[in-house]
Amino acid sequence: MLVNFFYSLKKAGVPVSTKELLVLLDALEAEVAFGSANEFYQLAKLCMIKDEKYFDRFDVAFGHFFNGLEMIKDLETFLIPHDWLSPDWINNLSEEDKEKIEALGGLDKLMETLKKRLEEQQKRHQGGNKWVGTGGTSPFGNSGYHPEGVRIGGQSQHHRAVKVWEKRQFKNLDDSVEIGTRSMKIALKKLRKFARAGIANELDLDNTIRSTANNAGFLDLKMRPEKHNAAKLLIFFDVGGSMDWHIKLCEELFSAVKTEFKHLEYFYFHNCIYENLWRDNTRRWQENISTWDVIHTYPKDYHVIIVGDAAMSPYEISHPYGSVEHMNEEPGRLWLQRILDTWEKVVWLNPVPVEQWHYTHSTHMLKAQMSDRMYPLTLSGLEAAIKCLSR
Amino acid sequence: MSQRFSGSDRYVATDDLQMAVNAAATLQRPLLIKGEPGTGKTMLAEEVAKALDMPLLSWHIKSTTKAQQGLYEYDAVSRLRDSQLGDEKVHEIRHYIKKGMLWQAFESEVPVVLLIDEIDKADIEFPNDLLVELDKMLFSVYETGQIIQAKHRPIIIITSNNEKELPDAFLRRCFFHYINFPDNTTMKKIVEVHYPGLQKQLLSAALETFFELRDVPGLRKKPSTSELIDWIKLLLADEISPEILQGKSIKEAIPPLYGALLKNEQDVHMLQKLAFMMRREG
Repeated sequence: MLVNFFYSLKKAGVPVSTKELLVLLDALEAEVAFGSANEFYQLAKLCMIKDEKYFDRFDVAFGHFFNGLEMIKDLETFLIPHDWLSPDWINNLSEEDKEKIEALGGLDKLMETLKKRLEEQQKRHQGGNKWVGTGGTSPFGNSGYHPEGVRIGGQSQHHRAVKVWEKRQFKNLDDSVEIGTRSMKIALKKLRKFARAGIANELDLDNTIRSTANNAGFLDLKMRPEKHNAAKLLIFFDVGGSMDWHIKLCEELFSAVKTEFKHLEYFYFHNCIYENLWRDNTRRWQENISTWDVIHTYPKDYHVIIVGDAAMSPYEISHPYGSVEHMNEEPGRLWLQRILDTWEKVVWLNPVPVEQWHYTHSTHMLKAQMSDRMYPLTLSGLEAAIKCLSR
Repeated sequence: MSQRFSGSDRYVATDDLQMAVNAAATLQRPLLIKGEPGTGKTMLAEEVAKALDMPLLSWHIKSTTKAQQGLYEYDAVSRLRDSQLGDEKVHEIRHYIKKGMLWQAFESEVPVVLLIDEIDKADIEFPNDLLVELDKMLFSVYETGQIIQAKHRPIIIITSNNEKELPDAFLRRCFFHYINFPDNTTMKKIVEVHYPGLQKQLLSAALETFFELRDVPGLRKKPSTSELIDWIKLLLADEISPEILQGKSIKEAIPPLYGALLKNEQDVHMLQKLAFMMRREG
């Protein structure tokens, strides 16, 4: 019963276990839902999903299963990011970009054609010059060569994107990856600092004995607060673009720090830190936070870890208006310097293997600015970084 | 379960929320409720208790709460003191065992609704320490060797504000429902429930302002249902006419009595700045 439904959920990446299926069957037997498809949908959602971040995947899988459609292997490739359809990103385009758009008959037409093609197209597509997919010279899809290209999901195959005007819906870092994080957690433990804080609820034996003796043998209990890990951590993650290759590694790190530290704040940036950061990638254009606010909010005793591949066009670091996706009035270098001036303990973790660092000029620039406090995102690199932080 | 929960005259429950409560009641599993602050998570438990005519027990979780405190606490310190003072009570250990909320819920003669409020405030390990207790609805008291088993499995409603991730093993034992922020129609119903016979004009003008305010980017704390309800109360008390709200964008004029909607000083400043800029441009 419903076994195929169960597997199609699994295939869509919804974490479900047999237990959830059994509960659903139980609920159906107890007649919590009566026959209608809508009620079944509500009940299945209630039983199978344990976190709102999976609602979307569930809806897609549910739709596909009950419309009798075959699951498309790479569903994400075909979903138009919602942000594209909202007009406010257009304001961020440069004049040059706008001209390019004109070359294809204007933005509206481009989007319209894109939508139409998505509808016409049923299968994953690679190569060719019309369909949305990967490679090829159609303006739609990813990794293509057309200058006006709209990239849809997927990974960029040309490492150095100069002036990409696309807006992608970045994936939020999924912290569910547990495999491989244990060793990272152990490395992170060295950053722990125990301090007694909060209410006194632990018996202080030494003090009690002393005080009881002073009290002529009558019991005088002394309490003290429990020890807690008081280390504070601020993490800046680079997401999107060339970081897509390293996403698994970053997810592991994220998962490890999230459970290890009570005072943990994280922000995302793209390529280089500029005047705005954000916490939620799906809302990054609506809800971002001024970097000044972050600098002013978190006191000096926070340890700062920047995670990024430091691979970008050198202009993004050195020049105003050098960012690939928005108009930055001040260069990335200045913002990094402000961070270095605000917090004493700052390290950079780079997921790119050390041997390849010298291929990218920007890595050199940032490493020099960090006074060599850039470490590879490997276990040994992490250990070295933690050592530097806890010095 | 003979009775079904379908909202009440003070609480609007959407279809899927009713389904969630009824499934939890029928299959006797805990129901985990998440959602933005102010969408009525805690109120749900009160209303379920009222609608199904059951007593409500609330266990409010703090950052220092331990799972054991929900079962019972053995007060060794006062026993030690009593022993020094020669109190007769000291010979009986049960005088020093304080029953927690779960114990009270388990030994109740009638089925109860147990609210475990804001479970995410507690330590990361907290939910894991309650797995067996919630699953089997029994626990043992080491000090006296008693085994406490639920006479009636209580309806357990757990709320979370998403401050911490809950462990998988715990989630697997619960039903999960996410209270979406109400859309315009549901919101109208909710306001209607709280202020029956409210002027149509005022209501739609207020809702328009409210949803517009929620759309202002970068607000630290978006106003939610409970703030809207408070705000309307103030509007009524001050006899503000709908015309004042109507036809004005939030950016042109800050809504009257905005203190009820915006709880953050920075948000208020931002709105003032926005309004100032708009006026200068206009």
